[in-house]
Order: sequence, then C-alpha cells, then structure tokens
Amino acid sequence: MTAKPKLALYWAASCGGCEIAVLAIDEKILEVAAAFDIVLWPVAIDAKVRDVEKMADKSIDVCLFNGSIRNSEQEYMAQLLRRKSKILVAFGSCAHEGCIPGLANLSGREAIFDYVYKKSPSVDNPQGIVPQPEYEAPEGTLHIPVFYDTVKTLDQTVDVDYYVPGCPPEAENIYAIVKAVVAGLGGAPLPPPGTVLGKETTVCDECARTRAEKKITGFKRTWEMIPNETDCLLEQGLVCLGLATRAGCGALCPKVNSPCIGCHGPNVEVEDFGARMMTALASVIDSQDPVEIRRIIQEGIPDPVGTFYRFSLPHSLLRRSALSGNGH
Amino acid sequence: MSDERFEPKIIAFLCNWCSYRAADLAGTARMKYQPNVRTIRVMCSGRVDPAFVLKAFALGADGVMIAGCHPGECHYLEQNYKAMRRYEMLRHTLLAMGVEDHRLRLQWASAAEGNVLSAAINEMIEQVRALGPLNWPRFWSENGGHQEAIERLPHEHAEALEVSR
Repeated sequence: MTAKPKLALYWAASCGGCEIAVLAIDEKILEVAAAFDIVLWPVAIDAKVRDVEKMADKSIDVCLFNGSIRNSEQEYMAQLLRRKSKILVAFGSCAHEGCIPGLANLSGREAIFDYVYKKSPSVDNPQGIVPQPEYEAPEGTLHIPVFYDTVKTLDQTVDVDYYVPGCPPEAENIYAIVKAVVAGLGGAPLPPPGTVLGKETTVCDECARTRAEKKITGFKRTWEMIPNETDCLLEQGLVCLGLATRAGCGALCPKVNSPCIGCHGPNVEVEDFGARMMTALASVIDSQDPVEIRRIIQEGIPDPVGTFYRFSLPHSLLRRSALSGNGH
Repeated sequence: MSDERFEPKIIAFLCNWCSYRAADLAGTARMKYQPNVRTIRVMCSGRVDPAFVLKAFALGADGVMIAGCHPGECHYLEQNYKAMRRYEMLRHTLLAMGVEDHRLRLQWASAAEGNVLSAAINEMIEQVRALGPLNWPRFWSENGGHQEAIERLPHEHAEALEVSR
C-alpha cells in the first residue's frame, strides 16, 4: 500500500476563522482525512512541533499556512514548515496580505505594549510589567517569542507556492483546491508557483447592481444612509471596494445592501489595493475644485488607511506607517 | 551625523505636453535648479497611478512631485483633474501613514513656465531637505530585534533540527 500524502495545517497571527473555514466544507472533511495523512493541525489533532522537526525535509506534501508573522516563534514555524513542505500555501488573507492583525503596522511594539499592558482601562499593572523575551528564573532562563514592530506576510518571510485569498476563504474554493492538489500529486498539472488560487475578476463582476457611471459629491458612511437595493453602492456614495477586490464571494455584502470591504484581497494585477481604490474613488468625485475635493475626501473618508488597507497593510507598497525614533 | 549636507532624492513625474517641456525650457534657457530631482516623463499627469508614488517612497525617495498642465489646459481634456483628485487622495492617505505634507507636491507648469517649474523644484528640495531623509524601508527592516531573534532560534532548536540535516 502506498503511503497517503501528508498534509499540515498551521496558524500564526490569525483569529482562527480560517480553521473554521476548513471545517465549513462540512462532511467533505472526511474526504480530506481519507485522502491525506494529517501530520500537524494544532486546532484539531495532537501533533507536536518536535515531531515535525524530526521529519525529513520536503516530506510534507502540502502545508496550508494561515496567519501573518508578528513574532519570532511564528517566523520559526514558517521557516520550519517551508523546509519540510513540498507545497507551501499562504492560506487566507492574513498569510497572503497581513489582514486585520496587519493593522498593527499603524503602530509599533512599544506603543502596542504601552497600551495593552499599561493604559488599557481593563488592565491593573501597577509595576508596569511588559513581556520580556528572556527571563532569569531560579530554574534557568525562560524564553518567550520576540514581538516584532512590523507584521509581515508569509511571503515576506519565506517562499510561498500558492495563495488562497479571503478572510476567510470560502468553503467551495477550499474544497476545489484540495481536489486540485490531490490531482496534482497524482500527476495532473498544477498552476505555476506564485498563483493566487481564485477568480481573476472583481467583485463588481459578481454584483447584480446597476452601474450608471454617475458621479458623486460626497461619500457617506454606512450608518448615514439606507441605500436602495438596485443601484451601484459606490454611485450612491458608499465607499464600496468591490472594484479592486478579487471575485469569489458572489458579492455577498452588496447583496445584503452593505458595501464591499475588500476581504477577498486585491484582484489579479492590483499591485497595491489602496492605490487602486484611490484611483477609482478619485474618478467618481464630481468636482474640479481642489478645496472642495479635499473637503469631500476628508469628511467622507476619515480613516483612509483603515478603509483602503483594512486587509492588506503589510502587503501594501509602504507596508506600515512611519515609526518614530528608531522604532524601539 | 556627518557635517555633509543632506541631499534629498526627489522623483518628479512630468507630463509630456507641459511640465516636461517646462523642464526642457528651463534647460535651454539656462535656468538653474538643484540636481536632486530625477525626472520621469509620462504622457499626462493623469497617467500617474498612486502606486507609482507609493513605490517611489517604498524604494527610498525623499519626496515625489507630480507636475502637469494647468487645470483646463490638459492635452487630454480633463485628465489633470483626475491627477488633482488622486493627489488629494494620496495626500490624505500619506498623512495618515506619517509621511509629511511637503514630501508630495502637485505642481502645475505650462510649457512656457520653465521658471515656475524650476522655482517649484528648488522650493521643494529645500522643504524636503529641512524635513531630513525619509528612507522608508528602515521602518520595517529592523523590525524590533527581529534579526537577533531569528539568529537565536536555530540554537534553541538545533538539536531537533540536526536529525534531518
């Protein structure tokens, strides 16, 4: 009997939603379990990192890695799983683009520790203790991972073969990828390395609303209006990010009268999600007066980084905000 | 710090029909501007994708200028109004990212305004010089002791990793 291909699933800086998404393929998870020997999956099975360390290099056939890299332990796991895996997949928005944990790049380690361990209203820490990577205990030196200033994507850490977009990826897409990988291990052609495994069009293409190339005189936020259910949300004044976002969700949010927030990542050939949105939104503003344009933008988009880079700040061209001092 | 004066690197996107010709005119008329700008000719200021500007900063530019025909005089009718709106979008976003205002400049200069362009370039160079180097990649390259932590990890796990070497 030939051995089953080996599968690893790992999480770094993430919320756990990608793990739930894997289980959202429902009973087909049994097919996954039947097709693969799962060697590491901290959320579901009891396998140890030490066991993975002892495996031969490239002995894991596929590793689905979700989560971004924000400390040295996660970076180590990324390096280890890269070394042990034939195919390393950046699974979900965090590994692909940094996602919500990546918004920490608007701040740095010092500022984050200062708030989380000292200033947060629910914290009682009179001695002002913050985590130290090394601590001398009577029993010896204790280590915890070093917390970074800057959250990184998986491919800013190690080489990545494929990307699965989405926060989280959709069950159908996950299952299609699993099937493709099984076929690939059996000799079927696999897509070229670096491919984002998803549709190559935008959410607008999946959105049934009517576009009329209408210009607008101001952006509104979702709580300020109830949009009608037929016209393009952007043309009704909501900052809808569908036109920079990769399709695959079936335009779920516009379908329920809510603007796209870009969770499915940049469409193919969008180098910087925010730049694409800036271009697009600049085109719909109906003004040629710089003072008015500035007012429209400042009033309508009070948080430009959180709006344009909600899911992709570490993956963006600038990767993070400026750090004061030398960053420590 | 050395005593040497900081020489900023400024990328200038000049439109083919007005501002590039203004720069040309400044040259033929021997109007001087400081050599800190690297000019990139584009067909129109409306061709400047915000990604070009972000990329210039990400690769280490200290400042970026976008220059085009005056409003109402665009060779492509109204693409410079697009440039104007994109500039405002970029400015708003870059300020939120911590990039100082003077590091991005939108400048109108017609083909006859070599003097306007050279004065604007000189003014911007002095403003950016006063702000100091931007050197954006430094914000992520050191990463809070990242390098030391990575160098230490193989030692902590050496024993286990030996097995498969």
